[in-house]
Amino acid sequence: MAAKATRGAGPGKASKPRKSDRARAEARLGWWLAGPAFVVMLAVTAYPILQAVYDSLFRYRLTAPDDRAFVGLGNYGVVLGDPVFWQSLGVTTLIMVITVAIELVLGFALALVMHRAVLRLRGLLRTAILVPYGIITVVSAFAWFYAFDISSGYVNSWFDWVPGISEDLNWFAGTGTSLFVIIASEVWKTTPFISLLLLAGLAQVPGDLEEAAQVDGATWWQRMKRVVLPNMKAAIMVAVLFRALDAFRIFDNVFIMTNGANGTTVLSLLAYRTSIGRLEIGLGSAISVLLFICVIIICFIAIKIFKVDLAGARGEK
Amino acid sequence: MRRRSRAIAGVSVLALGAGLAACAPADSTPVLTWYTNPDAGGQATLAQQCTEEAGGAYRIEVSVLPRDASSQREQLARRLAASDSSIDLMSLDPPFIPELANAGFLAPVPDDVAEQVSQDVAEGALQGASWGDELVTVPFWANTQLLWYKKSVAEAAGLDPASTPVTWDQVMDTARDQDKTLGVQGIKAEAYTVWINALVESAGGQIVENPEAPAEDVQLGLETDAGREAARIIGEIGKDRLGGPGLPTQDENASLTQFQGDSGSFMVNWPFVWPAMQASVEDGALDQSFLDDVGWAVYPQVTEGTEAAPPYGGINLGVGAFSEHVDEAYEAAACIVKPENQAAYFVTDGNPPASTVAYDDPKVQETFPMADVIRQSLEQAAPRPQTPYYNEVSQGLQETWHPPASVDPDRTPQESTDFITAVLRGERLL
Repeated sequence: MAAKATRGAGPGKASKPRKSDRARAEARLGWWLAGPAFVVMLAVTAYPILQAVYDSLFRYRLTAPDDRAFVGLGNYGVVLGDPVFWQSLGVTTLIMVITVAIELVLGFALALVMHRAVLRLRGLLRTAILVPYGIITVVSAFAWFYAFDISSGYVNSWFDWVPGISEDLNWFAGTGTSLFVIIASEVWKTTPFISLLLLAGLAQVPGDLEEAAQVDGATWWQRMKRVVLPNMKAAIMVAVLFRALDAFRIFDNVFIMTNGANGTTVLSLLAYRTSIGRLEIGLGSAISVLLFICVIIICFIAIKIFKVDLAGARGEK
Repeated sequence: MRRRSRAIAGVSVLALGAGLAACAPADSTPVLTWYTNPDAGGQATLAQQCTEEAGGAYRIEVSVLPRDASSQREQLARRLAASDSSIDLMSLDPPFIPELANAGFLAPVPDDVAEQVSQDVAEGALQGASWGDELVTVPFWANTQLLWYKKSVAEAAGLDPASTPVTWDQVMDTARDQDKTLGVQGIKAEAYTVWINALVESAGGQIVENPEAPAEDVQLGLETDAGREAARIIGEIGKDRLGGPGLPTQDENASLTQFQGDSGSFMVNWPFVWPAMQASVEDGALDQSFLDDVGWAVYPQVTEGTEAAPPYGGINLGVGAFSEHVDEAYEAAACIVKPENQAAYFVTDGNPPASTVAYDDPKVQETFPMADVIRQSLEQAAPRPQTPYYNEVSQGLQETWHPPASVDPDRTPQESTDFITAVLRGERLL
């Protein structure tokens, strides 16, 4: 952050090798302002990650401290060679892809509604749409669990007219139905977030471009495809990236609803179960490190796919 | 101006004084923190009672642990691994005791206390409180599951479980013939391991053959006739939907709800269900006629004529190895587990005493007409494998035996053995 501020504030290095006093002072100020945040960031993110990397090189169980032994990359070998890990990775990716796809469409529709709403209704609408996002994830997970649970739930009796749903349907006894409820609760909970980000993107689309397209006789769909969507590419990328990372780290819903039963174990639950449940610090750290690497890969893929130049979007070029 | 400054200074001094007073201990009485499992408040009452009896020697404060046993173990193990000195007393589930004892997290029980607290205690409870032939915790209350049944359903099938022990096959046939459901715990959680273990033990086997062995040498006894018989019963109940559609997610409370419904017939469950059913009648949720129809007996047999080995549970009291008040903590533990306190706790919270004499208490006999059956069940009960790797064994069983309908006697015991053995050797993830 500090480095960028310096570059933005001062003239280019190539053209003017020697910075003016003012530029240097600004750069210094930049460091002073951003420095503490930088140190705090290092302390709260880099330190635990490095500690996890270090711990992952040992066979270490919390209740057998004397048996601690250096195993190198042995833990990674065990994790990567285990079908449980790959199955968890598959389930996590499936949940991520489905939720992000649904949320993107739903969120965009909601953003359009909010964007076009009559001024008087706009505040009320935004508040109403944001309510699910304001609810604590564990609380919403319990609400969905109790709604679908076979002994306490009301969903079966309300929707028994739908083919496939009956009083005897135990949603949390099968993989497909469990994943359906988990994904539905995730979509319900976080669509407001994506719609809010997309609303910000919609607000950035220049009105005169839309008007010009309308004058030229473009249909609604053509205006969306050629004017609105290309102009909010950065907002869509941010929304997809944030939600994809969020969905990849899913934990609460699965923990509350199935606790990993019926093949619904996700990566973060596997890491939790190994580190906290089994107290296997080494093995659990290896899973956490692999989870972290997956997150980096997702960031990389998202930025590559969208080819968005965030500096350009900020108007720095 | 000056007067105002002085006033501010005065208020500040007072505030500072009050703050310091709040930080400083009111007296020098050692405060013992007792980490309890959630109950109806009985442990807090005992803490208060023993504090009063101590006459200033110590004061017990209660801190409640999470609801399920696995989460209780997680929290205690992590705190103890960090040498938390605030853990003076803790309520421990028996299967997790070897792990904590083996790690050196429990303060040794003084000989005089050991002698005092092992008198007139059920054999199962003493075993559960020990590790390596040594008492490492103080037996507090000992739980066991009974067979609860509707007399009308049993009568229609020509059974009288109260006088003649019934078998699992008889129970299953009755449910099948009368289109009823069985109250068993098929949820992928500790309750399911309890059921599997009880079936294997009742069939004359044991899940872990050498509980005290190191992880890589642990030998499982699932690939035996007992293991296969347990798998047959669970698989049949699952496949024939005898546990109802809720079986794969059914815990003790859900079993009780199912038993209270029209489809209920037999249920295996802990004695807490009795006060719960009585409370439902008092609240008007159930008719008195339902309660009159409820019978109880010792756990069903797997093989006719061979005594069942009902599940054994309960809570023992451990003293933290890093506590600064070990002596006082053991004094407090000895006070808490006095037979009269165990009897009182049974009456208020429905958790049966480990002390055999506590069952003779008239109040116990009056509140729990099945008290003698519970005592008998405790004598027959078999604990879950007492190994430091119990958590792996239990979760490994749940991974391979769930859902109940997928259990196959020809396949599951072998798969389970291979999986758990690999996990214990550090070759597989759980």
